[in-house]
Amino acid sequence: MTTSQNNDHLAGDFYTQNFAKTAKDGNLILNLGPQHPSTHGVLRVVVELDGEYVMRAEPILGYLHRMHEKMAEVKTAAQFIPNMGRVDYGHALGWNWAFVGAVEKLADIEVPERAEYVRVITCELNRIASHLLWWGAYLLDLGAFTPIMYAFDDREKVLDILQIPTGSRLTYSYFRIGGVAQDLNADCIRLIRAFIPWFRSRLPMYKDLVSDNIILRKRIEGIGVIEPDACRRFGATGPVARGSGINYDVRRATPYSMYPKLDFVVPTSELKDARGRYDVRMIEMEQSLRIIEQALDLMPEGEVLVKGAPKPSWKVPKGEAYFAVEGARGKIGAYVVSDGGKNIYRTKLRAPGFCNLSLFAEVSKGTILADAVAILGSLDLIIPEIDR
Amino acid sequence: MIKQALNTMSDLWSLMVGLRVTKTYFLEPQVTVRYPWKAVSNIATYKGHLELVSAKSPGKPKCISCGMCALACPSNCLTVVKRKPPKPTPEEEQAMAEAKAKGEKPKDKTPKDPEKFLYDYTLCSLCGTCMENCPVGALAFTGSTYLAGYSRDDFHFDLVQVLKNQAGLEGVDASVAPEAGQSEA
Repeated sequence: MTTSQNNDHLAGDFYTQNFAKTAKDGNLILNLGPQHPSTHGVLRVVVELDGEYVMRAEPILGYLHRMHEKMAEVKTAAQFIPNMGRVDYGHALGWNWAFVGAVEKLADIEVPERAEYVRVITCELNRIASHLLWWGAYLLDLGAFTPIMYAFDDREKVLDILQIPTGSRLTYSYFRIGGVAQDLNADCIRLIRAFIPWFRSRLPMYKDLVSDNIILRKRIEGIGVIEPDACRRFGATGPVARGSGINYDVRRATPYSMYPKLDFVVPTSELKDARGRYDVRMIEMEQSLRIIEQALDLMPEGEVLVKGAPKPSWKVPKGEAYFAVEGARGKIGAYVVSDGGKNIYRTKLRAPGFCNLSLFAEVSKGTILADAVAILGSLDLIIPEIDR
Repeated sequence: MIKQALNTMSDLWSLMVGLRVTKTYFLEPQVTVRYPWKAVSNIATYKGHLELVSAKSPGKPKCISCGMCALACPSNCLTVVKRKPPKPTPEEEQAMAEAKAKGEKPKDKTPKDPEKFLYDYTLCSLCGTCMENCPVGALAFTGSTYLAGYSRDDFHFDLVQVLKNQAGLEGVDASVAPEAGQSEA
């Protein structure tokens, strides 16, 4: 009996073969992912290894592409909102906001003041939840299991709060064109007020338990140094840019909603390394608490949805608009072009994670593989957002 | 040399501080809920799948079969089947003919409530657009979190039937049986 075995698959797919063309002889080509636990989803990174050193790395995307931008073309504006919750499961409300904000800008819809404050409060709570998720998962990547238990204990409290107005725990579709779906009830506001001092008391504990821990410090200090220049070239935003000392926050750079009225600090770090990004996120959680506290005090009574809010069969006015918000990972932008029909002619979503990830190829050059994973984690990647 | 030793000491101290936190929480009561064996309390506000709101008489939906929900739904998971007009009796037919001769518009005697309200939960993303667009408020979310089934068909509901089952007006249908028990929980 003759056995003819086809060994073509051992040569790798198109990406691997293309990557291998320029590899040095004797170097190992390794596929990290798409099912690797430290890539948080289905990110695939092809790396060229010399011993344990990463010579070259190339992220490969598209394993979680769900055609959100195409779906925006075949759905009416109001029908597209549930999609936005699915783009980024970490900070779903930021995406909600970017899209409804763009449509509101296009149609010149004035949002009631209370709705703006509700948006600020829920969005900041969601940011805390997102940072906690990153914090727990990042330390899990680095080999510390305990912190995620503490992080999720607090995160569950945020999710409980957000569940009251939104009805869901992760993929929120809460914002509407012209307001929000539901008002924050008294129970919800009481829980938020109770959460703020609770979480404040937890932050020093996080510092004692993890941030000051020498094992973590030795692990993340000095790795993945990103120069501000590189951040600008790759269009990195959010904690990645701020961790490199660039003071850029959409909430301050192009103020929207009620943020100009609120007092908060945009944290930056001059360390430029993974530690810098870590610090920025930890301070950001504190600042989010401050924002929520002020917004709760300033929030007036009133409607949360503008009268005559667009229905699903509403015709979007002709024109184009771009609206950007500060997400947990950076600048979330939505660009909408309408030709006057019910469906938006074209929607372009700007994902911060895409730009932040593109830095990885540059930063990981010459690092140890274990450090490359730590750098990847410090960029706070959410793959569904990158692929859209 | 001394500096190095001091650094090492402070490094070790950071570990001790961490251990103190661990000790504090170790002695506190357990936060983790052993979920399948214990009920969790924080899902009361969770919004589960859709249900029809009944009108004054139980088992009869408030719905007027206008189809706004099906139109609004982003994922096309709703189908409203309208009732056919009832076959008129000979007297009614005669009355209608007379009314027509007078130039009056014949009265529509079709009951407004839907015959079937098909709901495909496998497609639903629980966005609530249907509820917001319902002119009579005939749709609501259930608080049901534990909906589970053995096959895909278990998630295709006829909400009218579900409502009837809830009201106990008809025998429990096997295809919607898990549903009827769910809503009580």
